Amino acid sequence: MSGLSRRRILTRGLAAAAGLSGVAVAGRIAAAYGLVPPDHGGVFGPGGTLTYAAHRLLTRNSLAREFSRSEISTSPFANKRRAPGDVLKHQADGFRQWNLSIEGLVARPTSLSMDDVRRLPRRSQITQVACEEGWSYVAEWIGTPLIDVLNLAGILPPARYVVYFSSESDWWESIDMADARHPQTLVTYAMNDGDLPVLFGGPLRLRVPRQLGYKSIKYLNRVVVTDNLKTFNQGLGRPSDGYQWYGGI
Amino acid sequence: MANTAVGVGRAIPIAVPHATPRHRATVRVTHWLTALCFVALLVSGLEIVVSHPRFYWGENGNVLMPPLFSLPIPASRSTVPTGYGYVLPDQNGWSRSLHFEAAWVLVLTGIVYVAFGVLTGHIAKNLLPANAARPPDPSSYNPLQRLVYLGVIFVAFPLVVWTGLAMSPAFVSAVPFTAAAFGGRQSARTIHFLLSLSLVVFVLVHIVMVWRAGFTARVTAMITGRSSHQEAE
Repeated sequence: MSGLSRRRILTRGLAAAAGLSGVAVAGRIAAAYGLVPPDHGGVFGPGGTLTYAAHRLLTRNSLAREFSRSEISTSPFANKRRAPGDVLKHQADGFRQWNLSIEGLVARPTSLSMDDVRRLPRRSQITQVACEEGWSYVAEWIGTPLIDVLNLAGILPPARYVVYFSSESDWWESIDMADARHPQTLVTYAMNDGDLPVLFGGPLRLRVPRQLGYKSIKYLNRVVVTDNLKTFNQGLGRPSDGYQWYGGI
Repeated sequence: MANTAVGVGRAIPIAVPHATPRHRATVRVTHWLTALCFVALLVSGLEIVVSHPRFYWGENGNVLMPPLFSLPIPASRSTVPTGYGYVLPDQNGWSRSLHFEAAWVLVLTGIVYVAFGVLTGHIAKNLLPANAARPPDPSSYNPLQRLVYLGVIFVAFPLVVWTGLAMSPAFVSAVPFTAAAFGGRQSARTIHFLLSLSLVVFVLVHIVMVWRAGFTARVTAMITGRSSHQEAE
């Protein structure tokens, strides 16, 4: 082997080693600053991590677009033909028995009735529901910021994620604290001019308008504050349906 | 193979008659990375569009609204009226992940290519129209080819990325103009689809032209860098 090719191999090897350790260091720094999503492993990990990191640097405090009243859709789409049976039973009862529990890393685990939720600070927003399938509609959403609900229970310092559940057994999601504390992340109970219809998620739907529709779960009844997602589908933080944890795309 | 280097043990072939290759290494690598990304984006994009093969204009668009146009194909969602009596399997999980990962590679590759192209004069020499200072080079592209390449590199690809970003609720929260410029999310989605169709047409014509110019020689030139007339015979 000639000297030239040996030198070439040496310099290339050094460059590759420097590159790899650079990536490793960048990964450490990104993790320390909360720029790595829970589903960062696997073949699609790099793309998802780049998107999440870029968005957390760019959009941490940005507000989802809000629209004028004239832009509210006259044909909002529920993506559901029938509400679940237990929701209909609660509806017959006027949702008097519906509870929203706040658990996990909180000072005072709490359970709220619909009346309790309605007494909290009331906010409204005209935002877009955008489904990963491609369709969308603009509606007015009325409710209370998730952060006000969480503050009632008192968030403990190590909190990193909020996991939230639908009364439908296979629908649950989680978000980071940037989205959990975001002023537009609302626990909604009304839509446009009336109560939130059951097909649209009534009595309670968590709206996360900076992410796709699958993160805005219907029939919200349980919220868990946590510092890790280990016990939530082995760290994935959402069901194993193949969709990305971060839905901000 | 013709024109292998004289001498033994050299890591790379050298001393070919023409000092500069037809395509430089950066052009070759970015070309094939882009080609790979394009295939990934096309396949995953088709899977994604199958979940809702209807297109709209403005902000709102769903099955309760009349579409601007729709594709005459079955859908992977039972909620979409297609006229077909069956529903295709949902493949959106991996499709979306692949789409966004390939988009990242495409954008980063594009940045490297354009930076290289500007700094080395590749774009000025091979793509900008010839003028008095740069007389036409018969071994390079003709005026129509230059116009199409410029359009694909500086108009179609940037616009397809832009309209893609316009569909990101988080990105648009930071840069609302991304979606507003097109009149809304659904308009951006429709333009994204039409642009991808135009890029498919470009790729098909591109392949036909490569075929007519001598497929093996041209593809070899894009892989090894060696010019076709060195390769011919």
